Amino acid sequence: MTTSSRFLPEERRLDANMLAGPLSEIFAVDLTPAFRRCSMCGHGGAFAQLHVYVDCPGLVARCPNCQSLVLRLVRNGNTVWLDLGGTGCLRLHLE
Amino acid sequence: MAGHWRSAELVGARRETDTARSLTLRMEGGWPGHRPGQHVDVRLTAEDGYTAQRSYSLSAPAEGDTIEITVQRVLEGEVSPYLVDIMEIGDRLEVRGPLGGWFVWDPASTDPVVPVGGGAGIVPLMCMVRARRKERSKALFRMLYSVRSPEERYYSGELGPPASGDGGLDVFVAYTRRVPEGAARHPGRLGIADLNTHGLPPELGPLCFVCGPTGFVEAAADALVALGHDPRKIKTERFGPTGGHP
Ligand SMILES: Cc1cc2nc3c(=O)[nH]c(=O)nc-3n(C[C@H](O)[C@H](O)[C@H](O)COP(=O)(O)OP(=O)(O)OC[C@H]3O[C@@H](n4cnc5c(N)ncnc54)[C@H](O)[C@@H]3O)c2cc1C
Ligand SMILES: [Zn+2]
Repeated sequence: MTTSSRFLPEERRLDANMLAGPLSEIFAVDLTPAFRRCSMCGHGGAFAQLHVYVDCPGLVARCPNCQSLVLRLVRNGNTVWLDLGGTGCLRLHLE
Repeated sequence: MAGHWRSAELVGARRETDTARSLTLRMEGGWPGHRPGQHVDVRLTAEDGYTAQRSYSLSAPAEGDTIEITVQRVLEGEVSPYLVDIMEIGDRLEVRGPLGGWFVWDPASTDPVVPVGGGAGIVPLMCMVRARRKERSKALFRMLYSVRSPEERYYSGELGPPASGDGGLDVFVAYTRRVPEGAARHPGRLGIADLNTHGLPPELGPLCFVCGPTGFVEAAADALVALGHDPRKIKTERFGPTGGHP
């Protein structure tokens, strides 16, 4: 499938709500309602508020405040690359 | 488990507009129920094994093992034209969910709510309205719905005006291209003045849910912040293209 050039990247970005499905293949707990503190800029907010870009190979999530790369998820068949380099600190409530 | 793909059968379909329809799916192996605002991922598999998956919001509370989504046909789209025009009763696809624990409304909460939807962004908000009715919630809902023309409105029977018997629910429709006859508001984008007049004042501390195309969501969320709403009480869901990842 071709990714469209009809939109600029900013016009195509999504919220990290949509990562709930892809991440459910890896984690037992839904990370999207977690509170996140950015290790780069100190910004605090819901993980779900990260900006997600789908155009890149796979999925890329960036901090909504400083745009630093938070997470990258690439899947090829049954192999997954998960880069959590910029996750920062997460606070989760367990049921 | 939410992350598991499960087979689902199309058991009902209803046209909402010329370009959108609601699909009722029966989930094999049951359904655990979901919270208003959550979505599912849908996967189609072609005969040659090629798969495509997309996210769709749940448009109504579950009835036993059946769930409902509403899909807008996107021109030259890979998945949506199939779901809107081609899929027939008895056909199957795969569903993963319910997904997402942040863009959700809690029917037990009595806090006032401002749901703001653009186009297909009304779908998860409709689930909130239906859950509100089902649970006999008294939470004040001031909904703003932006849509191109009267013909493109979803759920018009259920989403007034005039109000459909949902006490405490107000729906304001902003037409962006063409208004119905006699309408006072000229066609135009949903703006800060509409949110100011038809939403709720920030002093009431309403929870705001904003959903629709990316540009719409960002403009509406910015306008709410400009009006003085607490950014922590604004929840967004951008319906952008979800294709392009396996
Ligand atoms: C969390 C979430 C919930 C969603 N819920 C719903 C829902 O309830 N109902 C619904 O109809 N859709 C919903 N969507 C959008 C949906 O996932 C698909 O993106 C949409 O159906 C288009 O898929 P497609 O395969 O038909 O088009 P594609 O083959 O993916 O795209 C075809 C072309 O259209 C463009 N395009 C794709 N999507 C859009 C769009 N939304 N706006 C403008 N251009 C677009 C693409 O860039 C491409 O050029 C949701 C998205 C997210 C992230
Ligand atoms: Zn940051």
